Amino acid sequence: MLPAELRELDRSVQSSYAESFAPALLDPGRVTPAAVAGPHGKAATKRYNVYRNNVTASLINALAAVFPATQRITGTDFFRAMARFHVRATPPVSPLLFEYGRDFPDFIERYEYAQSLPWLADVARIERAWLDAYHAADAEPLAPQAFAPIPPEHLGNTILLPHPAMRIVRSRYPAVTIFSANRGRDPFGQIEAADPEDALVTRPKLEVVVRHLPPGGAVFLTHLMSGEPLGAAASAALADSPSFDLPANIAGILAAGAFSDVKFGG
Amino acid sequence: MNDLVTYRATPASATSRFPAHPIAGLAGTSFKHEHLPAILDEGKQEGFFEVHAENYMGAGGPPHDALTRIRRDHPVSLHGVCMSIGGPQPIDKTHLARFKALVDRYEPTLVSEHLAWSTHDTTFFNDLLPLPYTQATLARVADHIDEVQVAIGRPILLENPSTYVVFPESTMSETGFIREIARRTGCGLLLDVSNVFVSATNHGYSPLAYLAAFPLDQVGEIHLAGHARQTDDEGDLLLIDSHDGPVADAVWKLYDLVIGRCGPMPTLIEWDSDIPDWPVLRAEAAAAQAILDRHARTFTQEKIRASR
Repeated sequence: MLPAELRELDRSVQSSYAESFAPALLDPGRVTPAAVAGPHGKAATKRYNVYRNNVTASLINALAAVFPATQRITGTDFFRAMARFHVRATPPVSPLLFEYGRDFPDFIERYEYAQSLPWLADVARIERAWLDAYHAADAEPLAPQAFAPIPPEHLGNTILLPHPAMRIVRSRYPAVTIFSANRGRDPFGQIEAADPEDALVTRPKLEVVVRHLPPGGAVFLTHLMSGEPLGAAASAALADSPSFDLPANIAGILAAGAFSDVKFGG
Repeated sequence: MNDLVTYRATPASATSRFPAHPIAGLAGTSFKHEHLPAILDEGKQEGFFEVHAENYMGAGGPPHDALTRIRRDHPVSLHGVCMSIGGPQPIDKTHLARFKALVDRYEPTLVSEHLAWSTHDTTFFNDLLPLPYTQATLARVADHIDEVQVAIGRPILLENPSTYVVFPESTMSETGFIREIARRTGCGLLLDVSNVFVSATNHGYSPLAYLAAFPLDQVGEIHLAGHARQTDDEGDLLLIDSHDGPVADAVWKLYDLVIGRCGPMPTLIEWDSDIPDWPVLRAEAAAAQAILDRHARTFTQEKIRASR
């Protein structure tokens, strides 16, 4: 055979082992791949199952690491069963496991056995946003006095640049209160909150902070994040919530470190 | 020893962000974030720290802050877990670029990856999966290592795997495969003694025979870790490379023997699951350091005798 033909043959041999080995890793309905065996004529079923278990358990562990409050709410057994379904249906497509689980909150929302916990998906969304903030690029947040030099006539046209770590999660449930109560290890009493809660997630320095946004705050921030000027964002927030308080919201986003730069007069 | 695997500490030049810290003859531990306060409390440690590269591939935040603080005072070993060097598909260029960025940023004393694969098509399996040892896989793995080494501008150490199955299509022994990979690519080797013990038990061969066939002169680092016990289909012992406990006595004995042969080597205690408090992990590294120091004295005496 010519070297080129040999190389072609090599390629077909090489692709076969992963193609044979991979499909059954996350599919318990498949049999042990034909490409593998035990040594000295031994069977390979339990041996191959070590890989199956490693893959499945480590990916469930990865979800548990991203969603600790969700797991605390459901209990470990419930969480791992739920996560196992998700891992098998939607395994990661990146080797960076801190990116994994973006589809998990939507999965939770549809998950048959979690229907009695309608706020669970939103708690998971806050946790996913928390980890994004944790790994986001570092940037100096705006100083508390950043608005001081802006002439009043320019305030409406002022545009804010979002801090890389800033995230907003809206909820029809008291998701921030439930998230906060379950994120630590301490015991907590009955949760009395019942009103919808929007979350603002920031990481101005090294610590991720989750805040409960005031009425209209999420609309205000969402419009600012999309690059709209302050005036338009405030109008949208007022339209959404008549009780929207502009000075209090500006003070709040500065205190939270939600933005990293400000542009005005141009 | 091959020049490419003689790792010199990066010189503290004008372009270096960190001081050079020698790693020769030192024991180290996996760096776990939860240990950072305890480590900083104690101040500079004697040993080195190894990190999984993928945990530091985010844009910013506490992981980079922690690694920067650790790197300032200690030698750091960068251990890639997900390059999928042993897979049939091409190396993920995006991942390789991230890996190179970490090498450039932290100037690690050691850089290593695995003889395994973890991604197929688009799915990342988060495990170190095995490959058959054939002329075809040898050529492919060598190409992948060349690509990585060219990208990062330095040789890597390739780690021997722990395995549970064999591929009947294999035509070479694992040691023969690894020896040839090192010869073709100039890469160094990371000898995981625990993996040798686990694989030898699982496949019914002698770990001593494996070590006798292993190219010890190419080794630049040693790994030690705890393993778990299960049984195979026939009810025989099957060891699992679980990294969740102390190093077994039998592995310590093998390690002692390896160091006696190749001299004091940077040695890592890996502990990635059921992670103990810092003093427990540090004590495990101290046990390795004691073995390293004992052999270092012998090696120095032999050197003195040889120079007379």
